[in-house]
Amino acid sequence: MDVMPKWAEVVLVPLISLILAAILSALVILAIGEDPVAAVKLMVSGALGSTYGWGYTLYYATNFMFTGLAVAVAFHAGLFNIGGEGQAMLGGLGVALVCLFIPWPHWTLAVLGATVGAAAFGALWAAIPAYLQAKRGSHIVITTIMFNFIAAAVLNYMLVNILRPAGSMDPATARFPEAVHLPSLHEMLAPIGINFSKSAPANVSLVLAIIACFVVWLLIWRTSLGLEIRSYGKSGRAARYAGIGSVRITMIAMLISGGLAGMMAINNVMGEAERLVLNAVEGAGFIGIAVALMGRSHPFGVFLAAILFGFLYQGGAELALWTSIPRELIVVIQALVILFTGALDNMVRMPLERIFLAIRQSREAKATKAAE
Amino acid sequence: MTAPAIELKGISKAFGPVQANKDISIRVMPGTIHGIIGENGAGKSTLMSILYGFYKADAGEVFISGQKTEIPDSQAAIAAGIGMVFQHFKLVENFTVLENIILGAEDGGLLRPSLAKARKSLLELEQEYDLKVDPDAVIEEIGVGMQQRVEILKALYRQANILILDEPTGVLTPAEADQLFRILGRLREEGKTIILITHKLREIMDITDTVSVMRRGEMTATVKTADTSPEELAELMVGRKVLLRVDKTPAQPRDVVLDVKNLKVLDDQGVERLRGIDLQVRAGEILGIAGVAGNGQSELLEVLGGYADATGDITVNGQALDLTGRYSDGRSRRERGIAHVPEDRQREGLIMDFSAWENTAFGYHRDAAYQSGILMNNAAIKADTQAKMDRFDVRPPHPHLAAKNFSGGNQQKIVLAREIERNPDLLLIGQPTRGVDIGAIEFIHQQIVALRDQGKAILLVSVELEEILSLADRVAVMFDGRIMGERLPAQTDEKELGLLMAGMNT
Repeated sequence: MDVMPKWAEVVLVPLISLILAAILSALVILAIGEDPVAAVKLMVSGALGSTYGWGYTLYYATNFMFTGLAVAVAFHAGLFNIGGEGQAMLGGLGVALVCLFIPWPHWTLAVLGATVGAAAFGALWAAIPAYLQAKRGSHIVITTIMFNFIAAAVLNYMLVNILRPAGSMDPATARFPEAVHLPSLHEMLAPIGINFSKSAPANVSLVLAIIACFVVWLLIWRTSLGLEIRSYGKSGRAARYAGIGSVRITMIAMLISGGLAGMMAINNVMGEAERLVLNAVEGAGFIGIAVALMGRSHPFGVFLAAILFGFLYQGGAELALWTSIPRELIVVIQALVILFTGALDNMVRMPLERIFLAIRQSREAKATKAAE
Repeated sequence: MTAPAIELKGISKAFGPVQANKDISIRVMPGTIHGIIGENGAGKSTLMSILYGFYKADAGEVFISGQKTEIPDSQAAIAAGIGMVFQHFKLVENFTVLENIILGAEDGGLLRPSLAKARKSLLELEQEYDLKVDPDAVIEEIGVGMQQRVEILKALYRQANILILDEPTGVLTPAEADQLFRILGRLREEGKTIILITHKLREIMDITDTVSVMRRGEMTATVKTADTSPEELAELMVGRKVLLRVDKTPAQPRDVVLDVKNLKVLDDQGVERLRGIDLQVRAGEILGIAGVAGNGQSELLEVLGGYADATGDITVNGQALDLTGRYSDGRSRRERGIAHVPEDRQREGLIMDFSAWENTAFGYHRDAAYQSGILMNNAAIKADTQAKMDRFDVRPPHPHLAAKNFSGGNQQKIVLAREIERNPDLLLIGQPTRGVDIGAIEFIHQQIVALRDQGKAILLVSVELEEILSLADRVAVMFDGRIMGERLPAQTDEKELGLLMAGMNT
């Protein structure tokens, strides 16, 4: 029998991990001579204290939802896709091509086209490592990480040599046409009387990310393909017994994964920058790994973890702006969160299990006594 | 009166909510063989692990030759004169016999003197107990029976007076098992004390002096072997009367369902694992494949189940099976009416983390009855699982429970229910009762016979000769990728089959 009730497993373990990470972060901030309480206040007010802060938090969270889902889907198939970074870069290229070279009448159509472009390019970038894994046994961790570098080089080449407008010194594409501008949260919420910050980058992609969470949940837990992906991830031999092809599942799971990572570009390229620049992904592909770990590869967990990491990102930026706490410290805090929620999971889980066991035993002992 | 070689008093051990051992006491006199019998999960292995210092008992005392002894680790157990022969040998495959024997018992940093010393004492042991092995043979090149002897010698070299053997015959042919029993008899004559853990009633009856029966963590009885019978022991193990013999009528074989001709399989290393198998299974009969594990039976099931490539010809109901191409996967086999209860239920037949209802759909999850639109019809699957669980008496009957939370027997019932209720033409079934308690064995055997009586063809693979002899209508023996011969159960015995299993054609 499972020792812990489900709520403890899902809520208590991550919560305690987070608190531990926070305590350790506070000690680090103390050690460099800053005030942790003031730092926390600044982070909270900077990330959640205004619609401007929320706008940034949600913008980052949108990125992380896509990349987190990407990692989660691959995880379910037992595959560790750490190429989200490269797949999102290529997704950006797909979005740029769709937005620049197709004359879209309206953003609603453009966003559909861009989604297809982003997902196709991201999936394409994942397809090659997936094929190498499925057919030749090249380890997907190695190949996807190498493909991140190749993606950066491809993007560099495309921006410098091909897509850069004549006369521009900037390795970036031209601005996308006005027709493909995605409504920001400000524009979306104004008609219903909510005054959301005008300068925050959060946009309609957030809705797409939430839909993606729901669709991934349906896929993994409500379709036979999802059952096949999960079976393959749990036991390759059982999958083989059931006639679930390893090549097929590896390819499908990685294509979906790469597609989701690529779709992040709808948010950062189409929604925010409205042109494709170098390094547009800014490490979101890697944060996706932490988000998936912390979210236990469950879409709802990914949703919550993405918002947490959005908060850490935005709050950290505020810290760097207003205090002498260096930006690197934010990386330290993020690393601590990853460490505690991902890698040190058992450190929290095992004492908790013991506590629950003790409670149950004393309850059973009482019950038997009462029975006697 | 002499002190018992080993005495346990009031040993208790709990793992979380599970009471693995409850107030267990036994006395084993020196120079006797004491059997401990019980179903899987009865607590035999836990008890022995406590004795060997792997676990610490929550309560209770251990006395060795009348002395109260603490055994915090295996080192202390060895020092107390206890030697253990595990079910899975702990030998270094590419070391010689001699090197394995001194491993962990070297004197000083230099190997040469220890090896010389070991060689000398090995010779003495050999003469004393009639235990012949070549000290310079490499482990991976000698047979399983020999490897087991090395394990026994390892314990004796460490001055063991009490030898614990955990399911020692699981991997042996009947002939090898007989040899082992002769060795054990000899050790007993020389005054060693032996504890034999097994779930095979026959072994207990053949060799032990006294026997203790465990059930659900408790010692239900300790009796003199001469004063008991297999039926009584089985009843003590299960807690109710059990039918040891399978109750069945003679087979009524009809048309050939499965026809295998010249089947060959290469493994990943290019080694031929099946070297031209020919066999037929008719509707309404059970063909039993006997053999020591690892002689190609698994590969045969894998090919028929659709997950290994092969050459040769297989027809089912007269139509050829695809052996290498697009339709050679498990799904295509199911569509052809072949159901498969795999040998390794925990790694192939079930996904242990999945719920019972997901496992019930597993393999048939694309079945139209389980779909509604593009989604799976989870409600229908759960209802179907509930019905199957009720019919197969799976306990507890909760479709939501993960497979790992069921006992071995109930896990097997979940797999059986899934495969049998598909009404297949051909049922492949590997090790149907491995790790299954006696009570469930009876039920599982009845289900297999019932399916046969419905006119289905059944291919049964088992390493348990008793199971094959009582269940099968014909027996084929496999050795080294070949079929050594076919016999009718009524016209053969374990001895003849044992010779075939060892590759000797009679």
